[in-house]
Amino acid sequence: MTTRIFGSGIRRREDPRLITGRASYTDDIRLPGTVHAAILRSPYAHANITSIDTSAAACQPGVIAVYTGADIEGHLNPIPCAWHIPDSNLIMPDHPAIAKDKVRYVGDAVAVVVAENRYQAEDALEHIDVDYEPLDATINPKASTMDGAPQVHDDVPNNIAFKWTVAGGEIDEAFEKADVVVKDTITLQRLIPNAMEPRSAVAQYVAATGNLTLWATTQNPHIARFLSSVVTGVGEHKVRVIAPEVGGGFGSKIPYYADEAITSFCAMQLGVPVKWTETRSENYQATIHGRDHVEELEMAATNDGEILGLRTTVYAGLGGYLSTAAPGVPTILHGLMYSGAYHIPAVHGDIYGVFTNATPVDAYRGAGRPEATTLVERLVDLVAAETGIDPVEVRRRNLIEAFEENQDVSTGIVYDSGDYEAALDKAVDHIGYADLREKQAAMRAEGKHIGIGVCSYVEICGLGPSQVAGAVGFQGGLWESAIVRFHPTGKVHVMIGSSPHGQGEETTFAQILAGELGVPVDDVDVIHGDTDNTPMGWGTYGSRTTAVSGAAIALASRKIKDKATTLAAHLLEADAADIEYDDGKFFVKGSPDEHKTIQDIALMANVAWDMPEGMDPGLEASAFYDPPNFTYPFGTHIAVVELDTTTGQIELKKYVAVDDCGVQINPMIVEGQVHGGVVQGTGPVLWEGAVYDDDGQLLTGSLLDYAMPRADNFPDIEVLSNTTASPHHPLGVKGIGEAGTIASTAAVYNAAMDVLRPLGVNSVDMPLTPTKVWQAINQAQNGG
Amino acid sequence: MYASQTEYQRAGSVQEAVALLAGNEDAKVLAGGHSLIPLMKLRLASPSLLVDIGHVDELNCGISCNDGTISISSLTTHAEIASSDIVKRDSPMLAEAAGMVGDPAVRNRGTIGGNLAHSDPASDLPTVLTALGASINITGPGGSRSECVSGFIQGLMENNLGSDEIITSIDVCAKQANQGMAYAKLSHPASRYAVVGAAASVTIEGGTVTAASVAVGGVESAPTVGSSVAACLVGNAPTDAALDEAAAAICNDIGDDVLSDIFATEDYRKAMAVVYTRRALGCAVECAG
Ligand SMILES: Cc1cc2nc3c(=O)[nH]c(=O)nc-3n(C[C@H](O)[C@H](O)[C@H](O)COP(=O)(O)OP(=O)(O)OC[C@H]3O[C@@H](n4cnc5c(N)ncnc54)[C@H](O)[C@@H]3O)c2cc1C
Repeated sequence: MTTRIFGSGIRRREDPRLITGRASYTDDIRLPGTVHAAILRSPYAHANITSIDTSAAACQPGVIAVYTGADIEGHLNPIPCAWHIPDSNLIMPDHPAIAKDKVRYVGDAVAVVVAENRYQAEDALEHIDVDYEPLDATINPKASTMDGAPQVHDDVPNNIAFKWTVAGGEIDEAFEKADVVVKDTITLQRLIPNAMEPRSAVAQYVAATGNLTLWATTQNPHIARFLSSVVTGVGEHKVRVIAPEVGGGFGSKIPYYADEAITSFCAMQLGVPVKWTETRSENYQATIHGRDHVEELEMAATNDGEILGLRTTVYAGLGGYLSTAAPGVPTILHGLMYSGAYHIPAVHGDIYGVFTNATPVDAYRGAGRPEATTLVERLVDLVAAETGIDPVEVRRRNLIEAFEENQDVSTGIVYDSGDYEAALDKAVDHIGYADLREKQAAMRAEGKHIGIGVCSYVEICGLGPSQVAGAVGFQGGLWESAIVRFHPTGKVHVMIGSSPHGQGEETTFAQILAGELGVPVDDVDVIHGDTDNTPMGWGTYGSRTTAVSGAAIALASRKIKDKATTLAAHLLEADAADIEYDDGKFFVKGSPDEHKTIQDIALMANVAWDMPEGMDPGLEASAFYDPPNFTYPFGTHIAVVELDTTTGQIELKKYVAVDDCGVQINPMIVEGQVHGGVVQGTGPVLWEGAVYDDDGQLLTGSLLDYAMPRADNFPDIEVLSNTTASPHHPLGVKGIGEAGTIASTAAVYNAAMDVLRPLGVNSVDMPLTPTKVWQAINQAQNGG
Repeated sequence: MYASQTEYQRAGSVQEAVALLAGNEDAKVLAGGHSLIPLMKLRLASPSLLVDIGHVDELNCGISCNDGTISISSLTTHAEIASSDIVKRDSPMLAEAAGMVGDPAVRNRGTIGGNLAHSDPASDLPTVLTALGASINITGPGGSRSECVSGFIQGLMENNLGSDEIITSIDVCAKQANQGMAYAKLSHPASRYAVVGAAASVTIEGGTVTAASVAVGGVESAPTVGSSVAACLVGNAPTDAALDEAAAAICNDIGDDVLSDIFATEDYRKAMAVVYTRRALGCAVECAG
């Protein structure tokens, strides 16, 4: 029975505590003597600081200390950027934790007040007197590169932090011999990640031992320890980072932030624990945003719809400073995916990373890949429209044929395995595509407008081979390690370096143990999130936790099985070669009744009364897994929308997702990830987006203006799947954390453009709000 | 939330609440808190004293109907109005609109009195109550008075309420047999407030519209009274063409200062005023049977 647990949709064991409010988050940490920090943030997007007077604030009730940019000098190193993409002339200006001379976005930290309670700290902020000399701001990523645009950093001409190029094949030739060339410019607007839990940090410094402990909302405690040590100067062996329950991240809790450094600094100065938790408004200003691309696109094709080449110029906004992983997102995680699911013989992309006077941008669910998939899939639809061939047919003509191993694409990467057409077929069959197109035409004749959008995608997941990480400038490895430890009663601890925060790995990792060693899932506890009791690992993001950490657990389990087999042979007085294993039991071939369970063996190994000659006591193993390649999940999503031409409102009516993420450990969790991802990827098409005015003020500064997708905006999301195992992964899994987000933006966007095309509307920037759509329709009807 | 420091007092009666308000110019009434608290959270409002009226029995007598007048106590929540049998029967569009306010949490806490007192142009109830010709009962240090909703709201979150006055209840005429009414709303995708909300009531006798009343919210700083729309309808048969024409007349009632924000431009709001007026009229005529 137990072995079948691997692969079954058992309920998530983390849910009861999460949904009944019994989980404990960073802000729930209550250390005796804790004092509270509040951070003064710049109200200007771009300004010189001419003076700061904190004297009045310092004498407010309850105030313990006030620090400014001058006070941290010599104590806190600049906040580092950890992805130094090569061949790009990357410029990395200093990012002081507290701005001293100049502020570069609304929300840039200017001072910190520490008080006995948070209310007093907030009150005191109002008494800090800052003289600003406002400067012109620059917000649009493309406009920011123009001569004469305001300079965010003096040493970065035209605000260009880097120019990175992806190229493969003969691009000029492709466009020369093309029958059709389609072009478009699309914007993937800034998005605010909106994790349910805002960021928080609690820092405690014990001067007697020199130990700094940081409880923090992080997706990667070991990276946070590494960077904490770099910034505070406390040795890495003296820093302990603990991620308690983390209430969602979506990438926004990957970076090491100034706020964590400031909180640590205050704790080190004052010798008492310091807590800082952001408000939702602060979250909107000071936690990273996602996307912010202006993409100029063209695709070359034949009259038969055969794609010959793809060319882009992308302006990727970075905000005021380089966040931890920022340069890698619009480049490595974006440009390398330009071939999509297709044979595209030639690609060329020039990608500019651009400083602007806005909140820093970094990885947000999908990170670079929704931006890539949307542009590829938009172009494929434009080729279909231009050649008059159905969009599904154009895809079929260009999809890479099924392959079991190693498919090269023109961007230089190697896909692991795929059957792209099978996924397309399944989606097309399920939705009844041909009938739907007929229905669409019939409805149009009656003045009703539906649009159908298809997206066939491939994503790069399971980050990743450490050697590649090094080659592409990531300042870390991307392997994972796991320790599997059996206790005398047969209960198991699995300790991992990655840091699940809602994805469900406490459940799926127990299922791996069940599958490998027949242990009941309830007998397994997965320990993560504390650098002092977990092995090194690089964290949870990039759909990598199951793909990389999960593999390490499987490998450690297999080492344990080897040892258990030898021990069982000894106890059964047989030869190890004659021992068989089935469902948690070890026995001599042919006599399954006289067996030793894994629990019997765990007990014997732990008491060690009767061990084979030379065998160490204990039953535990650790394993490291450095993947030989990335994994490449894929699939096809189809969306149907309906347009109300009088109001410009677009409603999502139907959604079918076919995903192939390799072997599924828990199909219910896979489905949940797809659901959430689809919703998150649809939001930006129809409702969501951060809007700044020309002065760099965030106009969507709260949830009253920033439109998150909601349950009642969605039809049933129909989730189907195929299974094409990853050939190089010990369990055959690929990862599913981001697929929904990667596919749905393109599918819904294509559906929206499909409904608008017959009305003469060929371009509307996302989000396609009613006003914009209504205006575009009116303009088209009045002859553009 | 880290609001600035505020005193808090719980009033036991309307009289006590009024006295507390009269004694402190910076004091604010606290009802459901769903407009006031968000402002305090952002420190856009920093009252020195909160006078909590939530436990004043006189303000919490629910909904009753006598002699054709529905009386709604000011602390009645949106959820209570939406589910009230009296309101559903005698003023269905009020129940409908109350059911479209925000989300369940907002409807369970927010009150009709607070909604009117806040006078947000994107609110639903002022629009509906304007179309219904409702009156507001107000008590202050000098005693009680009654005011028509349409005169009460003066502009963007501005009204005739004195800083020491309290809304005690709202009176609405129960609907007649031949009267139909409906509310049509274009919700903001984030807040769910009305970008445009149109409330229409029509009375039809012998195939002719004998009375009509229309108000549109979200377009100007106070609900737009659709007198041209009503004039267009009265005396005519409510044909589709007549409704189209009447709805278009809302443009005559809209002044020069049309609201605009990043979600909806002036042009769009005006165009939607027509579309949603038409939708509300269509449903109202249908209900009038
Ligand atoms: C997320 C969200 C969505 C919303 N969506 C909508 C929507 O779609 N449509 C809509 O109409 N509204 C919406 N609202 C507003 C909601 O209806 C509020 O509850 C209402 O506007 C205020 O009522 P309250 O009882 O909460 O008042 P409070 O917040 O307690 O008070 C509001 C103001 O009125 C004053 N006040 C309150 N009661 C009285 C009284 N009896 N006499 C005198 N003054 C008084 C207060 O001093 C304060 O100035 C939304 C609110 C939120 C938070």
